[in-house]
Amino acid sequence: MSAKHAPVGSFLTIGTEQLQALMDVLKAAGYRTIGPRLMDSAIVFGDLDKIEQLPVGYLDRQDGGSYRLEHDDAAGYFDHVVGPQSLKRFLYPPGETLLESVRTNGQWQMKAPTIEPKPIAVIGLRACDLHALAIQDKVLLGGPYVDPNYEARRENLFIVAVNCRRAAPTCFCHSMNAGPAVDDGFDLALTEVNRNFVVEIGTPKGAEIMFDIDWLPPARNEIDEAQAVVTNLKAEMESRERRSHGNREAPRQRYLNTSSIHDLLLENLEHHRWTEVARRCLACGNCTMVCPTCFCAAVEEVSDLSGEHVRRERAWDSCFTAEHSYMNTGTVRKSTASRYRQWLTHKLATWQDQFGTSGCVGCGRCITWCPVGIDLTEEVAAIRGSEDSAGAKEARAVLAS
Amino acid sequence: MATMLEKPPTTEPWVAHSARIADIRPEVPGVFTYDLEFDDPAMAESYCFLPGQFNMLYLPGFGESAISISSDPQERGKLSHTVRIAGNVTQALARKQVGDPLGVRGPFGSDWPMESLRGHDIVIACGGIGLAPLRPAICHILNHRDDYGRVILLYGSRTPNDLLYTQEYDTWRDRHIEVEVAVDIGDANWRGHIGVVPVLFYRLRLKPQETAILSCGPEIMIRFVVFEALARKVKPENIYVSMERNMSCAMGLCGHCQLGPFFVCKDGPVFNFRQVESYFNLEDM
Repeated sequence: MSAKHAPVGSFLTIGTEQLQALMDVLKAAGYRTIGPRLMDSAIVFGDLDKIEQLPVGYLDRQDGGSYRLEHDDAAGYFDHVVGPQSLKRFLYPPGETLLESVRTNGQWQMKAPTIEPKPIAVIGLRACDLHALAIQDKVLLGGPYVDPNYEARRENLFIVAVNCRRAAPTCFCHSMNAGPAVDDGFDLALTEVNRNFVVEIGTPKGAEIMFDIDWLPPARNEIDEAQAVVTNLKAEMESRERRSHGNREAPRQRYLNTSSIHDLLLENLEHHRWTEVARRCLACGNCTMVCPTCFCAAVEEVSDLSGEHVRRERAWDSCFTAEHSYMNTGTVRKSTASRYRQWLTHKLATWQDQFGTSGCVGCGRCITWCPVGIDLTEEVAAIRGSEDSAGAKEARAVLAS
Repeated sequence: MATMLEKPPTTEPWVAHSARIADIRPEVPGVFTYDLEFDDPAMAESYCFLPGQFNMLYLPGFGESAISISSDPQERGKLSHTVRIAGNVTQALARKQVGDPLGVRGPFGSDWPMESLRGHDIVIACGGIGLAPLRPAICHILNHRDDYGRVILLYGSRTPNDLLYTQEYDTWRDRHIEVEVAVDIGDANWRGHIGVVPVLFYRLRLKPQETAILSCGPEIMIRFVVFEALARKVKPENIYVSMERNMSCAMGLCGHCQLGPFFVCKDGPVFNFRQVESYFNLEDM
């Protein structure tokens, strides 16, 4: 089949084996291709050269404090959901140099290292992570000060998104309006249907890449089928969410009631639940490390022995450490309760004041990777009180019937 | 408060401008004033700041520290910081001598709203090193004395030896700034008040509707200053406080200095009391 032009907004079909062609075209266009790979018993983003490297047929069983992979022959290319990493690792790396200073003749020459990052093409980004990317853009590019390194990497990013066909019990993107359907911000979006991929063209850049790939116009109903994948998943998440109230046997689905959540949390800054959760919280900071939007970072001085070559190195930081709020008069947030309160109220409430959006996309990573399985949706429900708790809903349902 | 910088932020926000120490003056035990000069004449020419703003002072190998600017904003070419030697960076600064180089990023943060307070009586209530970020406000008042009504400085420190800028009080008094000073612990020669700063409100006869409060110092002192001011019917919207948190990047990017919805480095340090009142009496915010 010869090359054809597909306009933005149009749908087309490729066979699963054409993923390799897509990867090759992206590489030829100068991109470093990254995507989900199996490493250390988890599915994480890594460099991708061949489609054989994709974790085809693997499913992730996730729940509070638990992550296990299992093989399922029926599973497709992207039927796992999100792993412990997000794109944050690539655009806002865990460690990088911000400033280099050299002293010559008693004078400091200070300059920011020039970074010329190789453009990244990410394959397999989910709706939640796309929303997280939009949030990071607001934080790091939207204010009076722009983070130049993030900007340089973000500018040339190529996104091949994937519509989820499955949700983990920890997923609650549907309550955060951040999924499961990929709706915006992608160059290409894939939906796996009958061992084919239906591809939606999101941008002219995406159209250009598809120009060099053999594709077919989608067969009749294929677009409908592709769209049904996410609509059905959303409906399934919503029905599972209802069934999971008070029913321990039903498959669980997290959900978060976000109505007036800003005022709810800020009016309850002295709620006893903060102390209660602090008894379980280890203040390890895992939730902040796996969160795709957490942006706190600390800067350290790294000097050679002569003291004449000094670098300022930025590393991810966490509001769960004592150093995070440290001043001369001591640490402001001394208790774990106050640190958990800072994290949760920032993520779900004050983030809205700062950036006009929630800081949470419902990816559920903080629930899965919390060593003691603390679940933010449960904490919010507890603060919301009896009115909203699963038990109370069940009681009301019983009374109503 | 919250006057945005007119200069567009730099494209290299992490790069400090090289400067050197032009003068060092010991003020009180553990506190020194450093006059700085930029190496680049164009930078020295264009640099300006507003009362209440701060700079990040950088000592390569030690790190950066957020230090408020304490010189007269109208005196171009003069840039002073009064620094209490406390942490890693300020201890390294204390070992420096006149002529030694360092880096400066800034100015950052919001300012005391001197323009919008024209016509008001002003009570400046501060403690310890908290007078340093208010000195530029006092300079501004002296430069525009007729724009303001009665001006009172309520200042406290631990001992008489810890009072900053004592040699200037007479000049300030000559220009009709009432200076009331209290110390926690007096000595044999101390003839002034003993006690904490909020207590100095007891003898004041304010015109509360026309009075504005500017306060900086330990958070506990600010709390009680606000309490006394409100008890005297000063309008809460006329109370301004300078807050302190762990300001590391000064640009709202690193997340350390958050106080409720605010990044103290860019939304503050100077806040209207109304902005922060709901976070004021909470432990560990």
